[in-house]
Amino acid sequence: MADKTATADEVVAGLEDGMTIGIGGWGSRRKPMSLVRAILRSPVKDLTVVSYGGPDIGLLASAGKLRRVVFGFVTLDSIPFDPWFGRVRESGAVEVTEYDEGMFAAALSAAAQRLPFLPTRAGLGSDVLRVNPGLRTVRSPYADGEELVAVPAQELDVAFVHLNRADARGNAQYLGPDPYFDDLFCLAAKQRIVSVEKVVETGDLLDEGPVQSLLLNRSTVDAVVEAPRGAHFTTAVPDYGRDEAFQRHYAECAKDPERWPGFADRFLSGDERAYQKEVARFAEEAK
Amino acid sequence: MNDASRAEVAIVAVAELFRGDGELLVSPMGLVPSIGARLARLTFEPDLLLSDGEAYLLDAGGAVEGWQPFRKMLEMIVPHGRRHVVMGANQIDRYGNQNISAIGDHERPVKQLLGVRGAPGNTVNHRTSYWVPRHSRRVFVPSVDVVSGVGYDNAAKAGPSAQRFHDVHRVVTNLGVFDFGGQDHGMRAVSLHLGVEAAEVVEATSFEIELDGAGVTRLPSAEELRLIREVLDPSGSRDREVRS
Repeated sequence: MADKTATADEVVAGLEDGMTIGIGGWGSRRKPMSLVRAILRSPVKDLTVVSYGGPDIGLLASAGKLRRVVFGFVTLDSIPFDPWFGRVRESGAVEVTEYDEGMFAAALSAAAQRLPFLPTRAGLGSDVLRVNPGLRTVRSPYADGEELVAVPAQELDVAFVHLNRADARGNAQYLGPDPYFDDLFCLAAKQRIVSVEKVVETGDLLDEGPVQSLLLNRSTVDAVVEAPRGAHFTTAVPDYGRDEAFQRHYAECAKDPERWPGFADRFLSGDERAYQKEVARFAEEAK
Repeated sequence: MNDASRAEVAIVAVAELFRGDGELLVSPMGLVPSIGARLARLTFEPDLLLSDGEAYLLDAGGAVEGWQPFRKMLEMIVPHGRRHVVMGANQIDRYGNQNISAIGDHERPVKQLLGVRGAPGNTVNHRTSYWVPRHSRRVFVPSVDVVSGVGYDNAAKAGPSAQRFHDVHRVVTNLGVFDFGGQDHGMRAVSLHLGVEAAEVVEATSFEIELDGAGVTRLPSAEELRLIREVLDPSGSRDREVRS
């Protein structure tokens, strides 16, 4: 059996400028943040990022990595707006494809099912059609004759997702309440990278969750990165919840051009180990 | 005499949005809508289904009664249509178009907001209401910058597939309750909250709004006030969202 374990820097070294990358999770929930941080350290640029967006988008924006964002929202959940996404939108520094949340899922589903598009009612009558002039509608060939939005397949070069457990072969498990769309991201992608809190033996996967929690099987995973606290500062329940104090600190610094260089220098200039160490120090200082 | 605050009147007005909904999933976004939905369930609509904002459906006693991850919401519940959502709105126009995406030109907005989220899909699939804690000209605009939630005029322009399940029900604000039963589905006052003058609404709305025939929003009953104050919001967060 192939051992698919790798480091974040190894998998990110495989990225090329201009690639389309899908990032799993939802808002500020179970985001593969250690992989995002690895992208920040790499020279790769001009990325199209497809995401139910949270601070993954914010951090990539802060480092000038984004050419285009495909999104339905970008939010930090407990804080409504990500300041960096606001800044790059308001300065015109990124292009966007803005979809309804359901259209976004349809775009990934179409890619996963190798269909050119999927029909949906969502989007009709809204400005999603105006701001995406390439979108087309399709007429039902049946007696109803309904005219629906034909959401084009959103194929991905690479998918990054963060789950709770996996074995070294790539069977991966979520232990929280919601799988989000992580399996769909993997099915829509040519290359699938999963980071996890902990790599365990295959035989131990069912120790912590039911069989239904095995979201990804190894045929849809190319690399496994062990990344304890790798979703920080987003949630990875039940391993840990969102680090609200740190997220507030991130948002405050992101809002303030004078404070951001200090934040980036302290937390983002080193490797993942340095990041986690500084986060621990930050938590100590806050006590 | 009733000593209900404006926030408490608004909570009851939100609760009233769900009257008749029965065994329906309701998705209230924000504090006052959440309290209103739970109040409706504790009183006249005991069968409503409510989520915890994550993946669980919780009954009135707090027991988990269902699983509803985001994917199920978007691929099954919204298109299936057994849902009533109450969303916020950064802008609303006379025909019920809503914007939560961006202020200004979409290419390069003056202010980036959340994004359209599920608003386009919600509004063409099932009943949608809105909650606006501060009724003002900034919110009630002649025309929204990015149509996120679809109003009556745009649904009509888009044709029968957009109109088939379109049902923008009502807007509750700190001043009153409104629907789209006016001329050409224009916004119309159903009721104004006790103490609100018609002139106040005119002043706070930048389009023409039908005010004839508006009643007075009903006041909370003693039992509703008890539930709001002692059970649903004992810390009084409601009064920070809506000033009396």
